[in-house]
Amino acid sequence: MTPEHTTEHTTEHATAPAPGEAPGGEATALWAESAVREAGPRSRPTREDQVLQRIERARRGKARVREDLVTLAHGAGGKATHTLIEAVFLEAFRNPLLEPLGDGAVTGTLALTTDAYVVRPLFFPGGDIGDLAVNGTVNDLAMCGATPRYLSAGFILEEGFPIADLRRITASMAAAARAAGVWIVTGDTKVVENGKADGCYITTAGVGTLDRGATLSAASVTPGDAVIVSGPIGEHGMTIMLARGELDLEAHLTSDTAPLHDLTARLLSACGGPTGGPAGGAVRCLRDATRGGVATVLNELATASQVSIVLDENTIPIRPDVRGACELLGIDPLYVACEGRMIAVVAAGHADAALDALRAHPLGADAAIIGRAGDDPPGLVLLKTSFGGTRIVDLLVGDPLPRIC
Amino acid sequence: MCLGIPGEIAEILSDPPELAMVDVSGVRRAINIGLLENEDLAPGDWVLIHVGFALSKIDEVEAAAALDFLKSIGEPYEDEIAALRESTIEQG
Amino acid sequence: MRFVDEYRDAGRARALAAQMAELCRPGRAYKFMEVCGGHTHTIYKHGLEDYLPEAVSLIHGPGCPVCVIPMGRLDDAIHIAEQPDVIMTSFGDMMRVPGGRGSFLDAKARGADIRMVYSPLDALKIARQNPRKRVVFMAIGFETTAPSTAMTVLRAETEGIHNFSVFCNHVTIIPAIKAILDSPDLHLDGFIGPGHVSAVIGCRPYEFIAHTYGKPLVVTGFEPLDVLRSVYQILAQLAEGRSQVENQYARVVPWNGNAKALNVISRVMELRPYFEWRGLGSISHSALKMTEKYAAYDAERIFQIPGVRVADPKACQCGEVLKGVLKPWECKVFGTACTPETPIGTCMVSSEGACAAYYNFGRFSRERVKEATRR
Repeated sequence: MTPEHTTEHTTEHATAPAPGEAPGGEATALWAESAVREAGPRSRPTREDQVLQRIERARRGKARVREDLVTLAHGAGGKATHTLIEAVFLEAFRNPLLEPLGDGAVTGTLALTTDAYVVRPLFFPGGDIGDLAVNGTVNDLAMCGATPRYLSAGFILEEGFPIADLRRITASMAAAARAAGVWIVTGDTKVVENGKADGCYITTAGVGTLDRGATLSAASVTPGDAVIVSGPIGEHGMTIMLARGELDLEAHLTSDTAPLHDLTARLLSACGGPTGGPAGGAVRCLRDATRGGVATVLNELATASQVSIVLDENTIPIRPDVRGACELLGIDPLYVACEGRMIAVVAAGHADAALDALRAHPLGADAAIIGRAGDDPPGLVLLKTSFGGTRIVDLLVGDPLPRIC
Repeated sequence: MCLGIPGEIAEILSDPPELAMVDVSGVRRAINIGLLENEDLAPGDWVLIHVGFALSKIDEVEAAAALDFLKSIGEPYEDEIAALRESTIEQG
Repeated sequence: MRFVDEYRDAGRARALAAQMAELCRPGRAYKFMEVCGGHTHTIYKHGLEDYLPEAVSLIHGPGCPVCVIPMGRLDDAIHIAEQPDVIMTSFGDMMRVPGGRGSFLDAKARGADIRMVYSPLDALKIARQNPRKRVVFMAIGFETTAPSTAMTVLRAETEGIHNFSVFCNHVTIIPAIKAILDSPDLHLDGFIGPGHVSAVIGCRPYEFIAHTYGKPLVVTGFEPLDVLRSVYQILAQLAEGRSQVENQYARVVPWNGNAKALNVISRVMELRPYFEWRGLGSISHSALKMTEKYAAYDAERIFQIPGVRVADPKACQCGEVLKGVLKPWECKVFGTACTPETPIGTCMVSSEGACAAYYNFGRFSRERVKEATRR
């Protein structure tokens, strides 16, 4: 690393350097200085409205990846992931089926989805990477309103990975596939050198059929709709964080990984239109609350449908030990991943029927209505706190990281 | 600055020294209690945890006093709300 | 959760809100600073502003240890992280903060071994497990966190672990408050005092604020009712014409602090003559460095750091925003050069910083948000 490479030296500065504090001299941050230069001086007197308008323009402008290298934040599901997807993938692949950026693509009576699975540790309380690889893809199909049918599985294995572990993972996948009623019908295997992968990565793709005629869309949420979560949130994410062992926390947490196709099928059957419309006609949208958690999914829905979503903190189911771990680490459970929970947005008149249908199933026993859609402010997720206040639930920039302050 | 969370001491550990197992809503972690060496800690005591260290022993008498104050100003208001609810029910 | 849920009761908050409103003198506006970033978080997380009388506004102070680390120090830390055989360890909140050459996350993407830890003891554990590596702990935080770092250094000494060092960036709260009080354009009526810093330093160090500057300060806990009660106490002091240091958080904060914690700090660390604060400039005696005796654990001495001072761009007016003199949108670079994706000043670094919050949600007035949740 050379100074030329990093900083621009300058001799001029307003305040004298403190003695002994800057032995290397003074410099300016190039990116910050050039940002100030590029932005230029304000031509007119500062007015709050002008500033807000400019922010609004920047917000609506094209997504731009500022970084030169991929960072972990790009994989966390928050703002950085969205920017990467829009500026790189959507930009390169743009087509009508991709553009809605749903859990899967739907064409005619087919739904198609794919997902890559990387998790450390590979085996954790409540499941392993094999369970995730099947359930995650089954769930993406289920969220399209489809009946999952066939899966493919691609394995990237690291040289030296124990065959016994691979057998354990494939046994989990076989059991999960049986439980979900899908076949794993094709696959691929690659082996990379020692140190080039974390033991085992799996990619699965899935095909499902749309048998119910329900049209689900993130853009169809309407003011008045009920927002339902199918069970307690944040269990998978906290389980993984604790299972890594780096935080030295002990708790009896288990991942919530589970296939949700049965739950979605029951929900769609219970929510037909009042005048004999197609089954599921009253269900606007289904999303599994994986990476980025419930908050991220709801932000996506609010933006896509240009509605507000108002949550009631008191009604959001969270297990005490998940809450304890979150308090200790300064993490908001609304952003923690689930692997067996979904958000269902249902027309107001069908909310009770939907809730009954979900609660009748073991995976939905603790389902709850956690909020409603409104018309203003469009695109915003709000939380009525249990303390009686209000706050905005924003998208995260990257992973939820433990805080000290 | 600032994230400090109350936890209950479940067990004073003997090896390594200066550690206690502390429980926060069913989540447990070994916490260093070396900053509270004059406090004579025992299981059942509550401490404030910051970055893996117990920073302070929670004074239950002070905690109760603070809650009493809050209750003292809370009650008249709650009585009022209860009265209001009753009156609307009667009207309905 | 005990000592948590009792202080989150909405009924008591409503009662307290009614009492606070009565204490406000008609026509008078009140500006209080919550010094500590933890309070900013409580206010945001629970939506506390909904309970405050309209006349009361809260100014977010400089007490976010992550946000005040100047870009140059972060660049130095990244430089250390990029040396051969180094494992840099850091608290999670430091990972995304940008310096002159990007953040720890960016440096990690370039190949540096940077690991997140929950406690400095975890960094020491990594050193124990990796005897061939040089493990550095990026020490940040106020007096709350400094004792933990000091204890960890003492433990390393006892255990004879020599591949562990600390890059010391601990800061002290009193000089920062004094810098704010001494600014000529200040308009503050009182302080919500930091709770967990005070668990270490006690309440006495704040007395000059009440006596010399005539401003009330209430040492405050971090649950929402703690903060409301504290605002109530400040209003009561003003209504009665008093300015005193009061301790609302006596369940955690002893009036004299934690003598053992202060002692371990002074065994391992000493005051720096000056330290640069992001947004506030250079403040004398406002930070700690390792003493000569613990030079073997001082990353600043072990590694050749560039020690380059990266100036905040002059157009950045964080200092004024921090003091409550300027609104975020009045700053020259707000929303143009300085955005949440490319934060220049401290107020834009944390998502709860005054500028970041205004950037993200300034277009929605509180009234509009409240109205939306009422329907």
